[in-house]
Amino acid sequence: MRRSEILRGRLILLAIWAVLIGAPYWMPAIGGYTALGTRVLVLGLAAMSLNFLLGFTGVLSFGHAAYFGLGAYGAGLTLKLLAASTPLALLLGTLLGGIAGALLGALIVRRRGVYFAMVTIAFGQVFYFIAFRWNALTGGDDGLRGFARQPLHLGPVTIDILNNAEAFYYFVLACFAVVTAVMAFLLRSPFGHTLLAIRENERRARFLGIPVERHIWLAFTLSCFFISLAGALYAMLNNFADPRGLHYALSGDLVIMAVMGGMRSFWGPLLGAVVFVVLQDYLSSITTNWQSFIGLLFVLVVMFFPRGLLGFLQRRKAAA
Amino acid sequence: MSLLDIRRVSKNFGSLVAVRDVSMTVESGELRAVIGPNGAGKTTFFNLISGLFRPSAGSIAFDGEDVTGVPAHRRVARGMARTFQITEIFPEISVLENVRISAEVAAGYRLRPWLGRRAAAEIRQRVEKILGLTGLVAKADRLVGELSHGDQRAAEIAMALALRPRLLLLDEPTAGMGDQETYEIAALIRRLHRDNKYTIVLIEHDMRVVFNLADRITVLDQGRLLAEGPPAAIAQNPAVQAAYLGEAA
Repeated sequence: MRRSEILRGRLILLAIWAVLIGAPYWMPAIGGYTALGTRVLVLGLAAMSLNFLLGFTGVLSFGHAAYFGLGAYGAGLTLKLLAASTPLALLLGTLLGGIAGALLGALIVRRRGVYFAMVTIAFGQVFYFIAFRWNALTGGDDGLRGFARQPLHLGPVTIDILNNAEAFYYFVLACFAVVTAVMAFLLRSPFGHTLLAIRENERRARFLGIPVERHIWLAFTLSCFFISLAGALYAMLNNFADPRGLHYALSGDLVIMAVMGGMRSFWGPLLGAVVFVVLQDYLSSITTNWQSFIGLLFVLVVMFFPRGLLGFLQRRKAAA
Repeated sequence: MSLLDIRRVSKNFGSLVAVRDVSMTVESGELRAVIGPNGAGKTTFFNLISGLFRPSAGSIAFDGEDVTGVPAHRRVARGMARTFQITEIFPEISVLENVRISAEVAAGYRLRPWLGRRAAAEIRQRVEKILGLTGLVAKADRLVGELSHGDQRAAEIAMALALRPRLLLLDEPTAGMGDQETYEIAALIRRLHRDNKYTIVLIEHDMRVVFNLADRITVLDQGRLLAEGPPAAIAQNPAVQAAYLGEAA
């Protein structure tokens, strides 16, 4: 890669982090609020987790909300029933979704294409109905209530992420930074390269001696761990978890974010989440038909920028 | 001991016998061409060698070990690498990345979440050497899918080389190419053989390529072994001439 490209990449990275770190300060100036920024981060992380599988392994899961929702319920139930600890809730929520993903993934990875997507939806809906029906534990359709994220105790310092929206934003941003760093690190490793190989040409990958199913399973499992961490953060953002967090409609929203933002680029799904969440927030206060507008935008993006918004921007710069 | 020792292999597809009772041995350092008119069973024979098909009868030994029942992707680890007739590459990543994936897998790093500095440097050196060998240095950062047909084939050969093969299997390396590209690929194959001592078995339809390159030629016709020998002898062989004339007529 040429030196100018590397420099440009670093500048873009710097700009992204500057925007994210400064968000609580510049957002109110353009009519935003901190909790909206937190929501963007959480759903952006979820879309990036999904895209680890979709964009970098070439496998489409249409049931990833299941693991997002399991992370949310895992965190909520930990806070409600086990212990008033934010780190523990985060850990147990992530483990619940991640382990479920690892077990089900083993059954799913032999399927390909549409069949893979269908099986992921089916398993996802199983969890949706469990959460919907198991009133005693999950609160059923009303959702899981009666828990709240807890202040962080770091030795002598206590950070009140419960009442201070900015503090919680930075807590979520720290989690976001760790997970995206792990993703970027993995994608640059030999293991990450095998995932690209599988995306590009599964048959050839097999002939290099890569056990394709095992590697897809690993990518699926990792992606489930990442997204269930996002789900756990989501439950703590709202102090609430409900079955819609498991529903395939949310899986579809995440796919829309990834594709709209650009699934071949690392940061694309985050941009998709920004557009999706901000539009949703703005439009839903004007009309109940907000989904039609997002749908229309999605169609336009797919028709005119098949590589997504970020893919389009990168292409244009590369051509210039 | 021969590097590759094929004994009386046959392959049936139902009642069709695609390869019948063919034996062939390839010595280390040899460049062997397998030719034959259309429908001679060349591709089937090639797939038996690379392990894509399992023979209906007969045995295949590689470096003294029986590999008859070893599937293709495991033969790679034993030192057999192949290219495909329809170019099989990773189109939307760069040439360098294509070769690097091969090199990393061959080094046993496929599950590594990171590489130490020394391992990464070794991989880089190996990739650079192979890119140099295959004449792709200037195109290292290009997406493989955007290259010309000839360069794509060179990239595929580079990927196969990165697997550190002791036997390189090339399936019609000049298929679908113009004269200039054919010449370049033939020159590449000659370099790999003469200068770098690779053992190569190639299937080829283009007779000119074969007679200029190969140490020995194996001729198949209608699934059977028709003749084997050095190019000069094969060119004079009346049975071979008849088989090819029969095709032309």
